[in-house]
Amino acid sequence: MGTQTGIGASVKRKEDKRFIIGKGRYLDDISRPGQTYGYFIRSPHAHAKITSLDSTAALKAPGVVAVLTGPDMQADGIGPLICGWGITSKDGTPHKAPAHPALAIGRVRYVGHQVALVVAETLQQARDAAELVEIEYEELDHVIEVGDALAAGAPQIHDDVPGNLSFDWELGDRGKTDAAIGSAHHVTRMKLRNNRLIPNAMEPRAALGDYDSGTDEITLYTTSQNPHVHRLVLSAFNGVAPEHKLRVIAPDVGGGFGSKIFIYSEETVCAWATKKLNRPVKWTAERSESFLSDAHGRDHETFAEMAFDANGKILGLKVSTKANVGCYLSTFASAVPTYLYGTLLSGQYTIPAIYCEVQAGFTNTAPVDAYRGAGRPEATYVVERMIEIGAREMGIDPAEIRKRNFIAPDAYPYETPVIMTYDSGNYALAMDKALEAIDYNGFVSRKAQSQAKGKLRGIGFSAFIEACGIAPSAAVGSLGAGVGLWESAQVRFNPTGSVTVFTGSHSHGQGHETTFAQIISDQLGVPIDQVEISHGDTGKVPFGMGTYGSRSLAVGGSAIMKAIDKIVEKSKKIAAHTLEASVEDIEHAGGIFKVAGTDKQMTMAEIAFSAYVPHNYPADVEPGMDETAFYDPLNFTFPAGTHIAEVEIDPDTGTTEILDWVAVDDFGNVINPMIVEGQVHGGIAQGIGQALLENCVYDKESGQLLTGSYMDYCMPRADDLPTFRVQTINTPCTTNPLGVKGCGEAGAISAPAALMNAITNALGKEIDMPATPEKVWRAAQGL
Amino acid sequence: MYQFDYQRPETLDEAVALLKEDCKLLAGGQTLLPTMKQRLAQPEALVDLGAIDSLRGVCPDDDKLAIGAMTTHAEVASKADIPALACLAAGIGDPQVRNRGTIGGSVANNDPAADYPAALLGLNAQVTTNKRVINADDFFVDLFETALEENEIIINVTFPRPQAAAYVKFDNPASRYAIVGVFVAKTGSGVRVAVTGAGPCVFRHKGLETALNNNFSAQAIEGVSVSAAGLNSDIHASADYRANLIKVLTKRAVAQIGG
Repeated sequence: MGTQTGIGASVKRKEDKRFIIGKGRYLDDISRPGQTYGYFIRSPHAHAKITSLDSTAALKAPGVVAVLTGPDMQADGIGPLICGWGITSKDGTPHKAPAHPALAIGRVRYVGHQVALVVAETLQQARDAAELVEIEYEELDHVIEVGDALAAGAPQIHDDVPGNLSFDWELGDRGKTDAAIGSAHHVTRMKLRNNRLIPNAMEPRAALGDYDSGTDEITLYTTSQNPHVHRLVLSAFNGVAPEHKLRVIAPDVGGGFGSKIFIYSEETVCAWATKKLNRPVKWTAERSESFLSDAHGRDHETFAEMAFDANGKILGLKVSTKANVGCYLSTFASAVPTYLYGTLLSGQYTIPAIYCEVQAGFTNTAPVDAYRGAGRPEATYVVERMIEIGAREMGIDPAEIRKRNFIAPDAYPYETPVIMTYDSGNYALAMDKALEAIDYNGFVSRKAQSQAKGKLRGIGFSAFIEACGIAPSAAVGSLGAGVGLWESAQVRFNPTGSVTVFTGSHSHGQGHETTFAQIISDQLGVPIDQVEISHGDTGKVPFGMGTYGSRSLAVGGSAIMKAIDKIVEKSKKIAAHTLEASVEDIEHAGGIFKVAGTDKQMTMAEIAFSAYVPHNYPADVEPGMDETAFYDPLNFTFPAGTHIAEVEIDPDTGTTEILDWVAVDDFGNVINPMIVEGQVHGGIAQGIGQALLENCVYDKESGQLLTGSYMDYCMPRADDLPTFRVQTINTPCTTNPLGVKGCGEAGAISAPAALMNAITNALGKEIDMPATPEKVWRAAQGL
Repeated sequence: MYQFDYQRPETLDEAVALLKEDCKLLAGGQTLLPTMKQRLAQPEALVDLGAIDSLRGVCPDDDKLAIGAMTTHAEVASKADIPALACLAAGIGDPQVRNRGTIGGSVANNDPAADYPAALLGLNAQVTTNKRVINADDFFVDLFETALEENEIIINVTFPRPQAAAYVKFDNPASRYAIVGVFVAKTGSGVRVAVTGAGPCVFRHKGLETALNNNFSAQAIEGVSVSAAGLNSDIHASADYRANLIKVLTKRAVAQIGG
């Protein structure tokens, strides 16, 4: 601890040099000899039968190699895309996940649905030929909103899913919760809409399939957050190639936010097509394709009831949600509105009774899956809006009502009524620091100053919690996950003392190459420039589960710690032998192995060298210094904190200006404070985007995506954002060796509730996200 | 993008001679090129006006300011000595757009949410082409439609100097085009109020002009009714909201001028 490159130091990011000088290697930077280009023909209709598809003219066009369709894939025995998490409905039946062929067979179910792939020598030729493919459609009735899809008489999207209902799931104690509501002093009831979002990673999705007929191996370069999961699914379920003949490489990936977890149609098709055509096949999404076909996020319609006693103590929370899952169940779509949502409804509070039910409905829209926070922002939004509105209705200060309900710092481990066991936390401390930082006592006079200018000022809280470090394999297995959620690490010393760490997690902006190197530098005394982090290639890295759910450090970092333990254990044996002492007498700290009570010592570099040049070496120790570890977490981690937003509204135009933003987050121990602060900034920016600016809109009449470009889909920009004032408190996690909790999603989870609470505080009226100028203006004018 | 022919003449006469059917003039290309990339436009040929030096530049005079059609927004922002006009140009798009996009291209395109049409109409400007001079009042005809004829090329736009003027724009938060933009000018022939973004085409609001001619003050606007009839309604703003913005922004423009 305490070194300039160790744990706790704000080391500048090692990976940034190559990005800044333009040497990042993103997917579209990679090309293979003999490469062809793929262009996807997509459905122009929200719902239609494909009555004919004629590629005769296209096949005659210059440069065209092939036109491939769903029936072609089916004939080659390529299986449909899968959903990897099984949810059981109230009545005990499994969720309904209709077959999702990678290219449509007979029917299209959303605008942008992949119908055929045109492969040509150049992209231009592929695009030109795509216009020559004659496809006839017979349009069918469509449905866009989940409430409409689940209503009687709605158009049927899948013949084998009556009423468009994928599942009807519940969690918690309904009877106890109803009783709590029935006997409460006050019940707050609200409809809440969690708006649909489009992820917008900076690098669009892309895939390059490259078949080697000599080795019969397919290499798939793809924009993935979890290349081994891609390899597993593409082998075991889609049957693209046996696992040992499929190598998946996710090189530098320009952002994911969840959207690159999933196994999509396009990459599946490229992996299959390269072998079929015996040519490399490359596809890079245009931005408009990203809008149409990246898995979208959120999209909940919720009715919630929160019951209070006369003192504002919460007695019960009942939540009924309709979740729009789009037209198919994407890879982890079923887990998001269930076990990543209902399980967080206790928030930071002692709530004796909670009941949550979720109906997941199919619609004629793009599939919906995990997006930064994934279920937890939706849960935080429900809990933090409800307690804030409850406080308003009961005339209790919003900070005070939260403090009355916080789980006490000495109550851990704390078991919630929704199957989570929180290991640690100090919620009142975060709240107090946030109140002080924002000068809560001065708000009344600031509000008066705004009023004198004709402006409306508001303040809003969000005391969020999330479950990260996903996840203990046994726990998620019991809840329906088709995989374990452990992580791998391999720490390899080279003979000259430098280190390569192979991690099964994947960095697509998080800064692993720096954070993980700091752990090695800290624990083993290796200079940080002598540490290389390798990830993203199933041909190099041990099987790993990838990066999502703020898991890389808590799970992947813990795996590295476990591998370090093995390195230390072996090194002690070598040191004991070389220094002629017993293993028990060797003490290790920061890469120095010392015989206790003497000045005899060896450095890690010396030991590593002797491991590869074992001239004087213990007989019972293998040569080499290269250890692999797999770490399965004992529990989720529970980052938490308080965010407070202060806004000023112009009632004449409805414009909201965010004047101040304080975030006090408890991420446990922090490895690199600068990277953590950056993650918090980015998360808050996305949360502000959801609350103020972003909204995915399909036209109900035509089923077309109206927000299909940046002309209409409003991403937050620098001038939309305030200066964030970010602090951390550090209550170590008790269930992993680093004591870390994860920070990547916190901002996106916390921010929407804080901002909407501030805006509605200013307005004195409730509105839904996003708080667009017109919506705010109407509320301010009483329209 | 589809295949097309490309010509880059060095004189206006050469450019005119090159014009033919299914041919488009390329000015800054900030609308045309994205449209072509999306395959929404398929001209057979482009005649690039970028090499014709006589179409570029800001020429101030005592009572007017002439701006060449191929002058970029960035040049207008830094060189136009009518502050409201310079400020308007500085608020178009982003730095990339401002350094490529041109006043002639913008005016000829007549996007209903573009900024320049409000300045031309508000300042009572004149558009000079290779054939004639067109008053702004006659130039902007309808949605993406102007008085320009086939084979007519804008040479410059001449702005009479106002006594005072201001442009206030309410950005679409996504595109940063105007949801509503209001250009208010005090001119020799009275107050002019030009509104962009709100309707299918830039227009003058006679009710606001009358009120301001009687009493050039923000208070004078209070009593004016701005109708939502005929205004645009989309996912970003309803016609009612746009009508409100016309009034609010006009007040703010008047306040900026000092009314």
